Parts: sequence; structure tokens; C-alpha cells
Amino acid sequence: MAKKTYADASQALEGLLFDGMTIAAGGFGLCGIPENLITAIRDSGVKDLTVYSNNAGVDDFGLGVLLQTKQVKKMVSSYVGENAEFMRQYLSGELELEFNPQGTLAERMRAGGAGIPGFYTKTGVGTLVAEGKETKEFDGVTYVLERGIVVDLAIVKAWKGDAHGNLVYRKTARNFNPLVATCGKTTVAEVEELVEVGQLEPDNIHTPSVYVQRLIKGDHEKRIEQRTTRVA
Amino acid sequence: MPWDRNQMAARAAEELKDGTYVNLGIGIPTLVSNYIPEGVDVTLQSENGMLGMGPFPTEEDIDADLINAGKQTITELDRTSYFNSADSFAMIRGGHIALSILGAMEVSEEGDLANWMIPGKLVKGMGGAMDLVAGVKRVVILMDHANKAGESKLLKSCSLPLTGKKVVNRIITSLGVFDVVDGGLKVVEIAPDVTMDEIKAKTEATLVD
Repeated sequence: MAKKTYADASQALEGLLFDGMTIAAGGFGLCGIPENLITAIRDSGVKDLTVYSNNAGVDDFGLGVLLQTKQVKKMVSSYVGENAEFMRQYLSGELELEFNPQGTLAERMRAGGAGIPGFYTKTGVGTLVAEGKETKEFDGVTYVLERGIVVDLAIVKAWKGDAHGNLVYRKTARNFNPLVATCGKTTVAEVEELVEVGQLEPDNIHTPSVYVQRLIKGDHEKRIEQRTTRVA
Repeated sequence: MPWDRNQMAARAAEELKDGTYVNLGIGIPTLVSNYIPEGVDVTLQSENGMLGMGPFPTEEDIDADLINAGKQTITELDRTSYFNSADSFAMIRGGHIALSILGAMEVSEEGDLANWMIPGKLVKGMGGAMDLVAGVKRVVILMDHANKAGESKLLKSCSLPLTGKKVVNRIITSLGVFDVVDGGLKVVEIAPDVTMDEIKAKTEATLVD
């Protein structure tokens, strides 16, 4: 078995980071984000990053920490409303931003990872999103051509993983992670539990090991953005 | 009296059909789940990757791995399934979701919707809204009739960047219920003690009989 496990996030990223690179990150809001790998990217000082991620974290957590340090040149996201620093940098022209509809972003990652360079979708036709893009009519309906994404580095967070790199996610922390895992030239995963090989049920593996080149066991804060409750 | 937010949500809940799969947007639409009529069984989709969304958890049951698309903590039900974001939008774009109830900044009389940005001011993003309006079978908008400046949000044409063109079927506002039909908006219901004259005075969009 090729060795895929590393002692910590910095070691797992050794030799993979360079200025101007593209990175895709899993997570929805702060749910299911690769916290340890994001911290290690911050600590590395790598800069001019183009980051593909549904959201941009909050000011002091998630991808927000890479915005604080101005390591990000461009974000490609569907929703960045929870990050005041992001809004400030964008409106002052310090940060480039490309909005992708959420389903289009997910499909771009899926397509890129599946060797599909582009696909047609109804989403965004007649809006800013479709401007400058090729359109085509199928059965009387207009669709816009969107490109698949392949990135230099994909970072994901899973619940459980084994030394081969098989991954299982938990509840809505799955979100973009399985798609991100497929679209990286190199994919690094962090898991809450690194289990013995053979412990994961083969029928229930969400990300098969072929997509994962390196992994670590991380400690996760798992911060909650909106703590909403009802009375028992 | 115009409808308040909860009354608007209760009216919107009447749009829910038994046995269907529905996506509720962030904001007032989220309140609709509090008013699902007795005997109507709907399965709520949350576009971050869940079918069968349950109510907010009790303090002990809070789970950081279980949130809705508004990033609020929620619970699962016995029917719940989880999936990735591409599968989630395959359901949406593929027409498998019957209805989406969304908020809006502006709606035009042709059914154009604007709800994702104000250039130079408010840059939040469309999230899943563009996919929802492009893909679900029926789109109902739930919003105040006027903006904070008192201007009609039902317009001849939208001034803000669009979320979708000709995508809205019905609009429920604080003053009434409006359907997008040929030539403009048709008033299908008026809130209690609101008059047709008041609606006419407060609506920029063309109203048709």
C-alpha cells in the first residue's frame, strides 16, 4: 500500500503549494470545512490563490482566515454574505470575485473531476452569469455552456477515512466535499477518525480511495454559524 | 390590515400540496414550515444536501454536521436522506422538486426575479436561487409589497441584476396574492381590509383582470 497518511496538515501539504495556484475547498458555510488544511495553507504564506468554494467562511474562521492575510487573489463562490472582510476587500477592488450559481459550481467540480470539459445548463440564462458565454437551444429552451473545473489542489474534510484514502462523510457535512475530492490534480483529506483498513463498509464509501492522494487525522472545532433551537 | 410576516407565511403554506417535495428559501419562506396544513404531508429539501428536513433541535440535540441552507442547526426525520451538492442540484435542475418558495428584492410583471445583489452595495451572491428558479416546476415569491423606502417591489421591469427571467408563477405580498399572466399580474386574493384601490396605488406593475 502506497503511504497516504501524514502526521499533520503542514506535512500533508509539503511540496504541493505554490503562488498563483488554484485550490478547491469542500464545505457549506462552516459545516464540513477542512479547518486544519486551511490553517496550514495560511501558515505556509502561499499567495495569489484562486479559491473555488461555495462560501468564503466568516471573518476569523474557515477560508476567512486566508482573506484576513490577503493570500487570496480571487474567489469563485455562490454566496459570501457572512463575511464582512470579504465584502470590504471586494468593494474596494482588492479581491476578484466570480459568482457561480450553487448548482453550477457543484456541477463544474463534478464535471471537471469526471473528465467533462463543459456542460449546458438552464441556470443563469438571461442573467449576468451567462454574459459572454456560449448559449445553445435544445428542444426550444436556451441553455448556457459552463466549464468543468480542475484545480491544482483539492482540500476536503470527511468524518471517517482509512489509510487507503476511502472517505465517509456525515449528514450535511458531506455537501461539496465529494465533488471537490474529484476535481483536484492532488487531493488532500482531513478526517475526524482514521479507522483501521477494512472497518469502512465498502457499500457505504462516499469517496473511493482513488481520488485521495494524502490524508491526515485532524482536530476539528466544528464551529456552528447559526445556533437555532426549540424548547423540548 | 395587510398581512404580517407570519400571516404571509401561513398564506404561502396553502400552496403546499400533499405528497410533494418542496424547497423553502431563506428569510420569510423559512417560516412557511410552521404553518403546513393538517393532513398535508410535504418533504422539505435543503439544497446543502438533505431531503426530509426536521424542526430546530433542542439544546441537547444540536449537531454541527446538521444544518439547513441558511446555516441554521436543524434535525433529521425518519424519512431523511443526505447527498452531495451535485446530486442536490440534479434534483432541483432536473425538475424533481415541485415548488420553491423564495424571497425577493424585485419581481417584474413578466415574472422576472431579482434577489441576489445590489451593485456596489450589497454583494452576497445567488446561492442556489438561480438553479431553483431555473429548475423547479413552480416558483412562488413571498415578500413585502413595498421596499423600505415605500416603493413598489412589483415592477414593470426589474432594475437590479436578475436571478432568472420569466420564472415566477405567483407572488404573495403583505397586500395580497398575484399571478403572473399574459399582460401583467392578476390579483387572485386580497389581504383582509386591504382594498383594490390601495393595491393599485401601491403597485407599479400592470394589473390585469
